[in-house]
Amino acid sequence: MLEVCVRHAFPGFTLDAAFEAPAGVTALFGRSGAGKTSLVKAVAGVLKPDQARICVDGTVLEDTGAGLRLKVSDRRIGYVFQEPRLFPHMNVWANLRYGMPGGEMGPVVEMLGIGDLLSRRPNALSGGEAQRVAIGRALLSQPRLLLLDEPLAALDDARKAEILPFLERLRDEAGVPMLYVSHSIAEIARLATTVVAMEAGRVVRVGAAEDVLSDPDVSPVLGVREAGALIRARIARHHADGLTELHGAGGSLWLPRLDQGEGAEVRVRIMAQDVMLSTNPPKGISALNILPVRLTTLRQGDGPGVMVQLLAGDDRILARVTRRSAEAMGLRDNWRGYAVIKSVAVAAENISRA
Amino acid sequence: MSGWLGPAEWQAVALSLRVALVATLFSLPFGIAVAYILARYRFPGHALLNGLVHLPLILPPVVTGYLLLLSFGPQAALGGLLESLGLGVAFRWTGAALAAALMAFPLMVRAIRLTLEAVDPKLEEVAGTLGASRLRVFMTITLPLILPGILTGAVLAFAKAMGEFGATITFVSNIPGETRTVPSAIYAFLQVPAGEGAAWRLVIVSVVVAMGALLVSELLARRVAARIGGRDA
Repeated sequence: MLEVCVRHAFPGFTLDAAFEAPAGVTALFGRSGAGKTSLVKAVAGVLKPDQARICVDGTVLEDTGAGLRLKVSDRRIGYVFQEPRLFPHMNVWANLRYGMPGGEMGPVVEMLGIGDLLSRRPNALSGGEAQRVAIGRALLSQPRLLLLDEPLAALDDARKAEILPFLERLRDEAGVPMLYVSHSIAEIARLATTVVAMEAGRVVRVGAAEDVLSDPDVSPVLGVREAGALIRARIARHHADGLTELHGAGGSLWLPRLDQGEGAEVRVRIMAQDVMLSTNPPKGISALNILPVRLTTLRQGDGPGVMVQLLAGDDRILARVTRRSAEAMGLRDNWRGYAVIKSVAVAAENISRA
Repeated sequence: MSGWLGPAEWQAVALSLRVALVATLFSLPFGIAVAYILARYRFPGHALLNGLVHLPLILPPVVTGYLLLLSFGPQAALGGLLESLGLGVAFRWTGAALAAALMAFPLMVRAIRLTLEAVDPKLEEVAGTLGASRLRVFMTITLPLILPGILTGAVLAFAKAMGEFGATITFVSNIPGETRTVPSAIYAFLQVPAGEGAAWRLVIVSVVVAMGALLVSELLARRVAARIGGRDA
């Protein structure tokens, strides 16, 4: 349980953000300059805000009203930055050991796959290796809360793909709450339990990742091209023709072969612009995924597009269609029809363990 | 070497080494502290402190020596107090060390400050988030990372202290065996008709010590830098 309420006036910018989040990964999302990093700095105690109340799992880190403020070194916050910030005069082992109050480093080293790097110097590591060591170092300090401020932003796509699975394992196995700053919705869709959307220093939306990402009202904050709903599904079968069949609340989904085993729970991000709508069940069409849906929300954008939220079973799906189509098809609340999703449109990076 | 150098020359060399070593070792903690304050903090009086530290570099050494005499001489309040505690420095070798330390201080602070400014404060910040107190951050992160600068600063200060003349002779005079360091001895030898040979030998010693100090500092700094930024341990 994470409770954050911070007010701080910068020259020309006021941070005034408050949210509560359950355990798991809380993603702070927003454009550059929205105040995400300042908020994280306040949580870490690196920034001294004008007013704040910050609680992690019942421990008060700061409460300006009560005149209470823990020093940075007493907060037990693991802070991972965009750059690894490893100590250059220590080898990997000594870096990992630095914040450890005691105990074994074995499990963390194993989880992050850095066992072979222990005797190396930081400048002999690749960017991805260094960042994994930095995550390990923060984790080994036995933090109450792990702050990850754009930990992947400085890495290329291959390195990102190398680290993301470790972050998923961290979420599922380490049990440390995480506050994750990112402006990549793809990362958030994979990792977040809770999403906190920020704009101009304020929190504009807090909620479960599935709820926030499938909310048409949040799409302008995310950027319409990045909009896409998250659905959870279970892998039912890997078929011989290279397709994987998933069962979700809205029906079966057919996707290009996934790595996870049968029975695994996955989260799938379906981009709004990859969803087509049809009034009648489409026939003679190459797309494999045709889900019966009911329209729940329709949101007019400023441009030629319309963002539509649909209910497929209990799953929410977002679709982005043109206003012209919306009018021609008579889209309105409780409209019933079909969502059409091309299997190959769902990229591998949009599928992750649930 | 004592065979090659006459007893008076040897005395001067030994004294100079002692004076320079004491001056360097005692001023080092202050040098690190002042460099840290100048590099890491901005406060009213920053420019003044910086100016004060650098003053001995710019002032005529005789002026520095005279100011020392005014402060630490037996007639001065501070000097009298130290004298009564048995710690008087006027006309003693310890006074020569004080003068040398003061004259060498700007060089030491400069060298340390330069490396301090090259240390990324973000490393200290992350150490804090890992639970390290400010003292532990300084001892385990800052200090090891500025070691090359500390070595360079110390060796430069040592070499400078070996060669200090103006402030020393003004403050503590030129007493054989007590305050007659190598430069003072060279000066004294040059005042007497038969002293040129001795003066030359001391000149050679001075050149060798200065060059040796610079070479050692360069080597040490390179070694440390390689250890700090080096590849696999």
